[in-house]
Amino acid sequence: MKEEARLMKGNEAFAHAAIRCGADGYFGYPITPQSEVMETLQILKPWETTGMVVLQAESEVSAINMVYAGASCGKMVLTSSSSPGVSLKQEGISYIAAGELPCLILNCMRGGPGLGTIQPSQADYFQSVKGGGHGDYHMIVLAPCSVQEMADFPSLAFELAFKYRNPVLMLTDGVVGQMMEKVVLPEQKPRRTMEEVVKQCPWATTGRMGRGNSNVMTTLELVPEKMEDRNTLLQKKYKLIEENEVRVEEYHLDDAEYAMVAFGSTARICKSACEILRAEGIKVGVLRPITLFPFPKKQISDLAKKVKGFLTVEMSAGQMVEDVRLVVNGAKPVEFYGRQGGMIPTAEEIAESFKAQLLKK
Amino acid sequence: MTREEIIKPENLVYGKTKVLTDNIMHYCPGCSHGVIHKIIAEVIEEMGIQDQTVGVAPVGCSVFAYNYIDVDFQEAAHGRAPALATAIKRLMPDKYVFTYQGDGDLAAIGTAETVHACNRGENIVIFFVNNGIYGMTGGQMAPTTLEGMKTATCPYGRNTDLYGFPLRISELLERVDGTCYITRQSVHKVANILKAKKAIRKAFENSMAGKGTSVIEFVSACNTGWKMTPIKANEWMEEHMFAKYPLGDIKDTEKKHYVENNINAR
Repeated sequence: MKEEARLMKGNEAFAHAAIRCGADGYFGYPITPQSEVMETLQILKPWETTGMVVLQAESEVSAINMVYAGASCGKMVLTSSSSPGVSLKQEGISYIAAGELPCLILNCMRGGPGLGTIQPSQADYFQSVKGGGHGDYHMIVLAPCSVQEMADFPSLAFELAFKYRNPVLMLTDGVVGQMMEKVVLPEQKPRRTMEEVVKQCPWATTGRMGRGNSNVMTTLELVPEKMEDRNTLLQKKYKLIEENEVRVEEYHLDDAEYAMVAFGSTARICKSACEILRAEGIKVGVLRPITLFPFPKKQISDLAKKVKGFLTVEMSAGQMVEDVRLVVNGAKPVEFYGRQGGMIPTAEEIAESFKAQLLKK
Repeated sequence: MTREEIIKPENLVYGKTKVLTDNIMHYCPGCSHGVIHKIIAEVIEEMGIQDQTVGVAPVGCSVFAYNYIDVDFQEAAHGRAPALATAIKRLMPDKYVFTYQGDGDLAAIGTAETVHACNRGENIVIFFVNNGIYGMTGGQMAPTTLEGMKTATCPYGRNTDLYGFPLRISELLERVDGTCYITRQSVHKVANILKAKKAIRKAFENSMAGKGTSVIEFVSACNTGWKMTPIKANEWMEEHMFAKYPLGDIKDTEKKHYVENNINAR
């Protein structure tokens, strides 16, 4: 399959991209608003073309444990879900992080807490970047804002996942998952052969295959000194990721006197708000973190030296804004505007809130 | 005779299988796990499949199964072993894949994973060690604890009005169409050990023949949890455990034929 332009939903693009980046297996469980991922995979029948396994598990718990097992075999495996389902996956994610296993998880966020709503939200930010499961760990978190990025990021996610032996979360929301846009699908990459898997992942539990010793994937370490060593190594790795893998998009920041900080679909609405404000002569720009972990600390800190203030916009009660404030550290005002429970802010609302909070108008 | 004259291949009457490591087992004297580990390892050696086998260890007393059975192993979260085995076998169909689980792991917290892996007819082997108690955490009530049996969390004996009944998971899985072979064995006597070994081999063969899921339940003694001597525990097991969990084959047929017969029978 060559590169090709199509019109489709974010969830569908994600499914196409998963096949095209050479994934070995998908394990999922239906939940709105991301069910199109598994539906698309079932329609495309990749097991007949690339040999990719697609399996509907009995629960999100089971699906994430299948991902743990597949990743332990050195395979390129993924799952997708939405907020309540991702809560169920947290146990497995903690094990995957502890086992330093490469994999891809998609969270197409909906409003919570509880069963919540099926409308878009960004209220899983804390869960995604601060841990979510038990223990000290981080996922690498990518935040796509378009159908194109839903198609582009799976390949990047697996590249990072295998580079750092770490789970990668694509954190998106019902807007990006459900909306249709033009998208250029990537070219089909071949799945790795078993020999390539073994070469890339000598630690994988593939069966000994003449290795002469057995590989064990375990996260259990009863001796506290050894467990602390394991934790220290994890933290070293996270530091390395923070140094090397920050990604942002900057919009009209060159001459900006104020900055909005937003991720995912909200960042796109902020760009429209930015245009409204610029038409009124107010120089505003948008900083969109593409990686939420690692968080763009340096970019925001540099910006704090330049601009007069920040407005963080999220579809939540204000979660990422805490990290922005931590970086800005009181140097400039950091205000917040958010909608919750499945409500999407309009560009006009954001522009009004910006003026009210930062220009006192 | 000198030592050198005695140590000759033709004089060998018994040897430890190479698929069992030299690590000292942490199991209590009298526990069934050691024997079950040994016969699984022996079958793996006899079938020559050490390099093509991936095991999945549970949470419970046998959490360290990977320290003793020398094949590639994955450690599962509590109860999730059949989900792991599902993915391993689906992604690498040419491997022999087994789970090794206790009654808390398989019949309580992992019931969903167990039933659905069996229902999909995953071509895996499930070794289920049923000693009617949570051993590792200190002898609490399991779903398989017998009526009236005393444990740390039912110190006055299991009252079925309050805590339900001993769960006969093998009989339950017999009704699930994806299973091809379900048998209940024990390892407390040599004759039983020999029978159990045959069952293990058959289960591994079934999995590679694509017949569906094989489940071998080992009714086992936990003399420490039961607060008995090893000998007394085996006697108690024969008298009480076997009454509720009788030994023998529960289901043994090729998946296709079984399903057809089963549909006809309804």
